[in-house]
Formats: sequence, C-alpha cells, structure tokens
Amino acid sequence: MTIVATDIVRIAVVDKARGYWTNVGRRLMRDPVSVLCAVVLILIALAAIFAPYLSLADPFLGSMIRRLRPIGTPGYPLGTDELGRDMLSRLVHGGRLSLLIGLLPVVTAFVIGTTLGVSAGYVGGFVNQTIMRTVDVFYAFPSVLLAIAISGALGAGITNSLVSLTIVFIPPIVRVAESVTTSVRGLDFVNAARASGAGPLTIMRVHVLGNVLGPIFVYSTSLISVCMILAAGLSFLGLGTKPPQPEWGLMLNTLRTAIYINPWVAALPGAMIFTVSICFNLLSDGMRSAMDVRS
Amino acid sequence: MSVNPLSAPIVDIRDLHVRFSGERTVNALNGVDIALAQGEVLGLLGESGSGKSVTLKALLRLLPPRRTTITGSMHVAGQDVLSMDDEALENYRGGVVSMIFQEPMLALDPVYSIGDQIAEGVVRHKGVSWAQGRARALEMLEGVRIPSARRRLDAYPHEMSGGMLQRAMIALALSCSPKVLLADEPTTALDATVQIQILLLLRELQREMGMAVIFVTHDIGVAIEISDRVAVMYGGRIVETGKLRDVVKNPQHPYTRGLLASTIHGAKRGVRLETIPGAPPRLDRLPPGCSFAPRCGLADAACSQGEILAVPLGPQRNVRCIKLATNIAVPVGV
Repeated sequence: MTIVATDIVRIAVVDKARGYWTNVGRRLMRDPVSVLCAVVLILIALAAIFAPYLSLADPFLGSMIRRLRPIGTPGYPLGTDELGRDMLSRLVHGGRLSLLIGLLPVVTAFVIGTTLGVSAGYVGGFVNQTIMRTVDVFYAFPSVLLAIAISGALGAGITNSLVSLTIVFIPPIVRVAESVTTSVRGLDFVNAARASGAGPLTIMRVHVLGNVLGPIFVYSTSLISVCMILAAGLSFLGLGTKPPQPEWGLMLNTLRTAIYINPWVAALPGAMIFTVSICFNLLSDGMRSAMDVRS
Repeated sequence: MSVNPLSAPIVDIRDLHVRFSGERTVNALNGVDIALAQGEVLGLLGESGSGKSVTLKALLRLLPPRRTTITGSMHVAGQDVLSMDDEALENYRGGVVSMIFQEPMLALDPVYSIGDQIAEGVVRHKGVSWAQGRARALEMLEGVRIPSARRRLDAYPHEMSGGMLQRAMIALALSCSPKVLLADEPTTALDATVQIQILLLLRELQREMGMAVIFVTHDIGVAIEISDRVAVMYGGRIVETGKLRDVVKNPQHPYTRGLLASTIHGAKRGVRLETIPGAPPRLDRLPPGCSFAPRCGLADAACSQGEILAVPLGPQRNVRCIKLATNIAVPVGV
C-alpha cells in the first residue's frame, strides 16, 4: 500500500476537537463589525434588563415646568419629553418592552415556521401543497397592513400585538425553511444516509435540520429589526403599548408633536430603534458568513 | 430461499425490470440477471444511461417508490429484497448492503464531523453506545489508512481532500461490516494517482473482509484493476458477462468489442481511437430486439425481431447476441 500510518503528514496541532458553535463563535469574533454590533446590543440589553437598579429617574414622573428640555440640561442628560419626564430613564426603560416585542415574535415564528417549513419541504406532495398554499394567502397582504389588521381585529394591547407580529413573520420563515429543505433533500448525503439505513425521521432530524437550521436562523435574525420597526409602528398607531408605558415606538409617536420645538429630543427614540435594528442586521450578516462551514 | 447457503450466491438478481413512469415511461432495466458469490468482485461496465446506477439503487430499493415499477426477483444473503417492509429495509441498508458514492464531497453531510457520521451508522445498526460507535469510527479510519486518524475523527468534510474523503466514505460504508458493498463509480471524481490508491485499498479491504462487491464504472481500466468478473450493460440489459480475463481477451458482443477498442489503454500514438458510431438508445423508446442493433456493424433484420436471449458460452459466461457465429470468425486483436 502506498500510504501507511507512519508517514504522517504533520498537521498543525491547533485543531483539537471543537464544536461547531465554538468555531462559529471564533469566526464571528474575527469580524470587527459583528463584534461591535454584538457589544452595542449586549449593552442595550443589559441596560434594559437592569433598568430598575440603575438609579435612574422615575420614568413616569412628569413635571409641568420642565417640559421639553434640550439634550445636556443639568440633571437631564438627554433632556425631557413633552410631559417633563427624564428621556434617559424612559429610553432605558423603554428598551425592556421594545426588545421584548422585537424578539419574542421572531423567536416564536422561528419555531413554528421552521417546523412547518421543514415538514413541507421534506414530506412534499399534498402536505407541501397544503402548507405552502395556506402560507401564500398571507402573502396577499403587505406585512405592515397584515400586522395592523390582525392587531386591530384582536384589539389594542401588548399581547395582541405580539400575537399579530408572530403571525406576520411565520409565512416568510416557512418559505425560507421550505426552500432550503427542498434543496437539501435532493443532495447526495441524504441519499447516502438512506442507503446506510437511516429512517425518514432520523434523516429529517439529523441531516435536514442540521443543514437547514443555519440559513433559517440567519434569516430570522434579520427579521428582528423589521419586527422592532413594525412593533414601533403598531405602538405609534396606538395598537400596541398604551401610554404612559415607556416604549420606543410609542415615545416616537407622542414626541412627534414636539418635533418643531425640540427636534433632537424627539428623534431619540427613533435613533434607538435605528441603532438596534441596524446592529441586528449587521450581526445577522456576520452570522451568515461565520456559519458557512465551507468558507 | 431454501438453497444451501454455501453454494447460494449472496446476491441473486433474476430478470429484474425497472420502469419509471411519469411524463414518459422509461424502461431503465430490461431483464438483468446477476449472481454474485461471497467474496467476489463484479465490475459493472457501461456508458451513461445503460442502467448501471439504477441496478445499484434498485438493489437498495432507493428508487422513488411511487414512480417506479420493479419486477423480477432480488435476493441478498437469502432475504427477499422486494418484499421487505420499511423497518427491514432500514436494517438491510447499511447493515447487509452498503454503498459508496461517486462524489464523496456531496455524499458526506457538511455539518457533521467524519467521526460522528460514521458513529451514527454504527450506533444505528449495531445498537452500541455513542462512545463505542466513535471507537469503531476511529478503527475504521485507521483501517482505510487515513493519516492521524484520531484527529480526522473531528474533521469536517470540507477540511479534507477528495481522496481522504473517499477513504472516509469507504470507512463509513464498511463500518457495519456489510456482506455486499456497492460502489457507484467511486473513483471517477478523483485524480489518477489517488484513483489507483483507492482501488488498491478497496481490493485489499474486500479480501480482508471477504465481501462481495459490485463495482460500477465506465472506465474499463478501473474495471480491470479491481474485478474478478465483469458484466457489460447496454440499454438496461447485461449484454456480456464472464471472467474478467475472458471478456477482455476475447470479447464476443460487438458492443464490448467497441468499448474495448475505444479505450486509450494500449492505443498506438498517431492512430485515431476507434469509436462506436451513434448514441445510446433512448430508454423510453427502446428498439425491439437487440438495443445495440442500430449502432452495430453486424446487425441485420433478424437482430430487430423478438427478444435476444443470452447465449451461454461457459460457466458464468453469457453473451446476448445472435450473430455470435459470424462474430467469432472475426479475429480479435486486444
């Protein structure tokens, strides 16, 4: 024989057994943009989570004489809103609801959409047609309109807007899941798995899901920003959060009357929404390249 | 089957017909007979669309059941393959018969390490623990002579070269000690030097484990390297079969002669290679009688009438040609 175990090609000792996710994390850490976005998001999330312990001003306490103070006013680093409440405190507290509304519908839709999409793609035939044509019905409406319609029908409130946003995000995730599953299903390694005796459930769980989860996950991350914007839109229209709850979309709505008086303060909630959504977008781009094992 | 297991062939395919129905009906296999003894290597030769791969897939029942009609009989190690239910089929695939594929890069799952993929099959078929499966994977990787096998256990397919991957694929296929190995052009995607290494390795492992192998290839040089016996396929039929030596030294079917004459092995410089004129028949419109007749120099009206039966020329030596008498008179120069 030609190659014997003794004439070993020396391989760098670095590559010890490492999990897939460790590798993804390592690659992600090498991308400065992703790291920056992750840091920003983590800071905002931490601030939101620990908002009650940060010894900020009471976000609900207004003052008629200190309304619409500009940014940099002593005692009010980010100014005050139209009712004289501390903007810094309201922005930090607002993050709690805004992030929840941005994340929860996407996570729920990810679970439901992946299940439906992978089943549709793998089983095919009648099941596929039933699921996909039902999903197509939702595509008849623009997502904003759909969210508003469902929210409006269910009535205003946080729970209802969470439900409506989940429903809005299930169809696109099902589509993506179905299309990647269909393409993976035809690949040789699925046949190879069948040829070595794997049953349909094993193939679906191990080989299909293993290859499909990455792309769906990345796509879903990119939906978080859309979700935040839609949620802000719902609050803006008065369908989501109710005043005086601090929430970025709602704050943007109530402050719009002050746009000519104190435009910088009025733009702050918008800036927060913008920052968070662009960070999620860039991070999902970074994830996309980090999760591609072949790169 | 109630035949003495010692003399009974491990693979016994009789009069296998495979028809795909759909927009058009394709007769992919039209009466294939294969008998393979334990420890024997059969080279299945033929050009694209001759039914080589379909034969292998039919043997594993991998063809889409809804659109495929299989008739005839297939017995492997005494089991009737066509009457197996889903569970029996899962135990049979990979446990009794396993397969190696043409493109190792595509046939291995990109998101799992090599060791895990091998262990998965072992755990499934042998019912052992995950750790034992991994141990078996390591043993197999060493068996196929992958350097620093322990480290390769955790390597992903994209981290290995084509030759290494094909070795890993072989390790995977052999990890449950199957009785029959099906090889679907396993060396086609590899370059020439790696090709010969893989062939030698396969031959060696086959002798060690005493498996029967069906080796599909369109490269007659590869078939010569590995087979004990060859079967030449054309239009979904085996047109000539026999001991490697007999077929290569003394081909009887005009198609086999054409195939042998058209290889570069032993060709003279400056002389044009022989070719077989025309193209293989479309399987949805097979000509009646001999499917090679439209391209055959010896064909006459009789060739297109009725089914051409196999003419036995000796033990395990058959030729499907009615022009044998005239054919033999022509000297063969190989």
